[in-house]
Amino acid sequence: MIQIFAAVLRRELRLAATAKTEWLMPLFFYVIVVTLFGLGATPNDPKLAEFAPAILWVGALLAALLTLERLFRADFEDGTLEQIFLGTQPVTLVVAAKLFAHWLLTGLPLALLAAPLSSALGFSSVAIPALVAGLALGTPVLTLIGGFASALTVGLPRAGVLLPLLVLPLVTPVVIFGAGAARVAQSGLDGAAPLYFLAAILVLGLTLLPWATAAALRNAFE
Amino acid sequence: MAILEVKALTVARGSRPLVSDLSFALAAGEVLHLRGSNGAGKTSLLEVLSGLRSPVDGTITPQPEGGQLHWLGHKNALNLALTPIENLEFWCGLNGRAADGLVPVLEQLGVAKVRHRACRTLSAGQKRRSALARLLLDQRPLWLLDEPLDGLDAQGLELFASLLKAHLDKGGAAIITSHQPLPAGVPGVRELRLS
Repeated sequence: MIQIFAAVLRRELRLAATAKTEWLMPLFFYVIVVTLFGLGATPNDPKLAEFAPAILWVGALLAALLTLERLFRADFEDGTLEQIFLGTQPVTLVVAAKLFAHWLLTGLPLALLAAPLSSALGFSSVAIPALVAGLALGTPVLTLIGGFASALTVGLPRAGVLLPLLVLPLVTPVVIFGAGAARVAQSGLDGAAPLYFLAAILVLGLTLLPWATAAALRNAFE
Repeated sequence: MAILEVKALTVARGSRPLVSDLSFALAAGEVLHLRGSNGAGKTSLLEVLSGLRSPVDGTITPQPEGGQLHWLGHKNALNLALTPIENLEFWCGLNGRAADGLVPVLEQLGVAKVRHRACRTLSAGQKRRSALARLLLDQRPLWLLDEPLDGLDAQGLELFASLLKAHLDKGGAAIITSHQPLPAGVPGVRELRLS
């Protein structure tokens, strides 16, 4: 089990090393979007700090969306997906490893980037741990839901248009609880409750979505 | 003893029927050469035989499982950003096999010299040879090969014939789609024409 997980992870990291723009692009996008909000508002406007959790969360969500379409498409187009389904190892494990690699290259950097970016919006430094913890719990869910939607649309020619329509409604609770945790922490209260909800959603996603994604991928051959 | 027995198989793509009521048996040491015009259903039939797709009707006995067959699709299953050796290492991981002995196999296929070059820089023939290398990494009784001769030069065709012959000598069988005749010297070839 560890061997197949390591093999997939090694391959995905190799691919990331050969195509740096693919995983750097969402990070640049995130920085630009958040900075533009800061530049577009009145300097030192307290409203900006108030809206910061929503800006940081929606920015992270849109940045993560940019990479989702390619998650399985390259493997589908070059025939690797056929070999994955005809290999001896469980497809769910391969899918889980690919999703983990995606989070490692996209979700985790986005969560870490949120801390320095939040200062550009005047976000309270006391609430940064809650913001980052929320993103650390929420970005894997974005990857899991996005991976499932990507698998559903892998065989479709214009999935780029359909993908956000599938993903955005499903990730609404994640944004509500994630931004909520940061907002509550910023107002000086304990943001643990929304974080627990996020953790519960993550556990549910981890339990169900790798299997559902593998089943959706199989459907692409039919 | 039959390696594969197909009875009354019906294959469709979407709502379009491609193959109806097809029956055949494939014994050890045999090659079934699927022929037919474009769109006749050769690739779809191979996909059904491999288990990648479901038939509309009919039975395949035994239904091959992962580890019992080699699949070489129309696509090479090589990520173009990776080298042949990196692609084969990944395939070994997918099949729970240690990634050793790759260089001798690539040498046998005549692509050892380009093993550290990204596949996007290789010629069509070199990519096909790198994909064919998977057939030698594991001994599996059934080979399902979709247009395996595409891109191969005369030397490549000879090489393919020798690999196939060695596979048949070991008691294996193969089902191959190809628009061109299979290379000379391959024994036990039967032809099945799809219309």
